[in-house]
Amino acid sequence: MSKSRFVVAKTGDVAPGTSLRVNAGGRDIALFNVSGEFFALGDRCPHESGSLCAGKIVGFAEADEPGKYRLVRDGEFVRCPWHGWEFDIRTGKSWCDPEKSRVRAYQTGVAAGSDLVEGPYVAETFKVSVEENYVVIEI
Amino acid sequence: MQVRMDHTIPAKGAAVGLFGGAAVDSDVHISVPSVKALLPYLNQYWRQQFLTRGIDRLSWNMTSDPPNAPITARPDRRPTSGRPGSDFSILKEKHLDVFGPSAAIANCIYGGAALHSEDMAAVVCTAVNDWIAAEWLDRDPRLRASIVVPLNNADLAAEEIERRAGDPRFVQVLMLAMGEQPLGKRAHWPIYAAANRHGLPIGVHAGSLYQHPALAGGYGSYFLEDYVAQAFGFESCVLSLVSEGVFAKFPDLKFVFMESGVTWLPAALWRFDKTWRGVRAEVPWVKVPPSQIVRDHIRLTLQPFDEPEGAGRLERFCEQMKSDEMVLFSTDFPHWHFEGEAALPISASSPLARKILWDNPRGTYPRLNALSPEIAA
Amino acid sequence: MSIDVLEPQERRKSGGALQGLGVVDCDIHPQFSTPGEILEFLPERWRDYVRTYGGFYRQPLADTLSHPRMAPDVARADSWPPSGAPPGGDLAFMQKQHLDANNVEHGMLMPLNRGPGNQRNLEYGAALATAVNDWQIACWVERDPRLHASIVCTQEHTPFALAEIERCAPDKRFSQIMLPPKSLEPLGRRRYWPIFEAAQAFNLPIALHVGGINGYPPTGSGWPSYYIEEQHTNVQGMQGLITSMVIEGVFEQFPKLRMVLVEGGIAWAPPLKWRLDKHWKRLKSEAPHLKRLPSEYIRDHIWFTTQPLDEPPEDSDLLETFEQVGLDRIMFSTDYPHWDFDEPSFVAAKLRIGPEKLRAIMSGNARELYGLS
Ligand code: FES
Repeated sequence: MSKSRFVVAKTGDVAPGTSLRVNAGGRDIALFNVSGEFFALGDRCPHESGSLCAGKIVGFAEADEPGKYRLVRDGEFVRCPWHGWEFDIRTGKSWCDPEKSRVRAYQTGVAAGSDLVEGPYVAETFKVSVEENYVVIEI
Repeated sequence: MQVRMDHTIPAKGAAVGLFGGAAVDSDVHISVPSVKALLPYLNQYWRQQFLTRGIDRLSWNMTSDPPNAPITARPDRRPTSGRPGSDFSILKEKHLDVFGPSAAIANCIYGGAALHSEDMAAVVCTAVNDWIAAEWLDRDPRLRASIVVPLNNADLAAEEIERRAGDPRFVQVLMLAMGEQPLGKRAHWPIYAAANRHGLPIGVHAGSLYQHPALAGGYGSYFLEDYVAQAFGFESCVLSLVSEGVFAKFPDLKFVFMESGVTWLPAALWRFDKTWRGVRAEVPWVKVPPSQIVRDHIRLTLQPFDEPEGAGRLERFCEQMKSDEMVLFSTDFPHWHFEGEAALPISASSPLARKILWDNPRGTYPRLNALSPEIAA
Repeated sequence: MSIDVLEPQERRKSGGALQGLGVVDCDIHPQFSTPGEILEFLPERWRDYVRTYGGFYRQPLADTLSHPRMAPDVARADSWPPSGAPPGGDLAFMQKQHLDANNVEHGMLMPLNRGPGNQRNLEYGAALATAVNDWQIACWVERDPRLHASIVCTQEHTPFALAEIERCAPDKRFSQIMLPPKSLEPLGRRRYWPIFEAAQAFNLPIALHVGGINGYPPTGSGWPSYYIEEQHTNVQGMQGLITSMVIEGVFEQFPKLRMVLVEGGIAWAPPLKWRLDKHWKRLKSEAPHLKRLPSEYIRDHIWFTTQPLDEPPEDSDLLETFEQVGLDRIMFSTDYPHWDFDEPSFVAAKLRIGPEKLRAIMSGNARELYGLS
């Protein structure tokens, strides 16, 4: 099946360290900005379907032994707003059960408005302007 | 003390066994008949203290182990006088010679370990262990024992483990399910470090120091309530041991839950795994689901096995735990949990029975490895 | 950036096993919209007391529990109303996010606010109980008739408790009596029997929602370190509660008494029944007042709520467990707005039972127990 590319947001709509729910091709998608990189995950927790967009963006807690706490990859995980499962924003995998519990991760890219005007993009809700940059998701 | 280093394993043919093969009974009870019986094992200072203060006349029965309750001894295993488990000949003739285990691990649950005076508790524990070695282990080569340690001072407990570890007949360290602090707390770690050094599992037996009520709602009216609540105490042990990271710190250490009831465990772990998924960042050293840690590190002795009779729960337990290695055969002698010789709720010839009777105890207690199955042949 | 909350109803692709079925939610937590809201319901003397001394509990921290939770206000991160009220503190938002979205036809209020039953100052506890009861009616039930109030009272002072029950029980907007499972003594002890007698006389179930502060640690070996352990002690707490109620003979004495265990889980109940039966048979002589097997009292007198749903690796184990408890004794609950909230369609999907049994759990059993339309 050929993939479609959807224009879902202006890059400025999602500040670094935040997320935004967008809709593309009828799907709810959680768009994350991790220090300028964009990632898109299905916005539906595989557990009880909490909205990942409403979850806190956090780092990952590690310890080599009891009492030795350390935080790594700050800003690269999202905690589901309901039961707190942690998902790797880069892959959509849940840390506790990476094989069975994962959310769909979509390819994202940034494109200049001037390119979008001509390319094979679906801009359902956007008026694309040539002056701005846009986040594009492949579905 | 003088450690017998020349200890040899049971002679050939010592155990044919009721179950048609080699077996280990991982929980039988022996009992200090009176404080007086310990006097020969005390030094001058303590002997005089005990005599002048009348301590030798005290009963150190535990509230969580009332000697005359029906559950504490089956009528045919109850001595005509004195505490159940205090008579060697009953253990030998009515139990060891009938069931015929290659080894039976004797646990002495004794109030002396619960004294508030940390020094007196430690001295009593040393005396009890000497008494166990001299009056039980020396009398029957099938017997093994757990090291009794003072429960209110981990450093003194560790010292006692060091003192005893050279005697290979002591195969584990004995603690109680309900003490002053949850079992995983770091205050206990000197005990675990010492046990770990010597390849000794920690045996956690039903029992309470009554520093806290067994029910979270306070003290109830009946012993029956507290006995039932032992299982809740064990459930708390699971939570504490895993959450505190005892197995992250001591990856080779095993815990054996004795007289826990067993069947409560799967449901407890469904819940623990579920909670862990959401809140594991609080205890990041817990890196795999708690059920997996429990499967690798915790063992449970069989009796009493809480199930409606003949309900097939033992097989279901293994299915639900995804392991046939967790249960260790025990009779809980002389306690009254089953009639006749029906200590095993499954067919003795089933593969699961062989695991429970022989492989699992041997896999749990490194010091039983000196036993060979040929002994039973 | 504000996040617009997408409602569960919209998120569901289809109704799933529920097929649009309405539910009865047996565990909803209302919160004061502002900390001062309750003051309006207290007499002047106790308003002064609260301002001057606050609550007075058997624990080291004056204003909060000693095991910090994993989420602010123990709440779902998406349950903070835009109005600025705390989670559960804004009826309009609760209606939108939960009652309407999840097709809740009846919701049982479980006010945990300030624990009147655990106040050391008994007179304040009694005044607070009255205030919380009046507040439930004025701020919740009157504004949304789907909601049903629970009579809170100070179980440690029998006359105060009985007076409050007698005051509220005739009002049909109250559906049950609510006690904290952590009382000063195990709840089966005789000091609490007059309350059970009143509950039976008014034909009101007694709801026991996990939690409470009684000064005792939640385990028989003291205080656990971590929230992950403390959260689980809701289970041991409920196990102990049942053990006490059954063995002390409460159900022998009050054969029509009905109890609802809220938020304690369910899967532990079958093994507890086996354990109680087995060891009661041996130790019967200590509790000869019990005429039947402990499990039979549990089967007849105790109702369980689903949240937090037990999640065994195999869904079939969940159903096996529920069947061992009795499908007619299990009632759906969400715990809204708390973080361990369960979604109706999730519970329905996990259960994998036919529509009739599902309807019983999602609403029918509660309708029958509480006499709801
Ligand atoms: S719904 Fe996401 S963790 Fe449960």
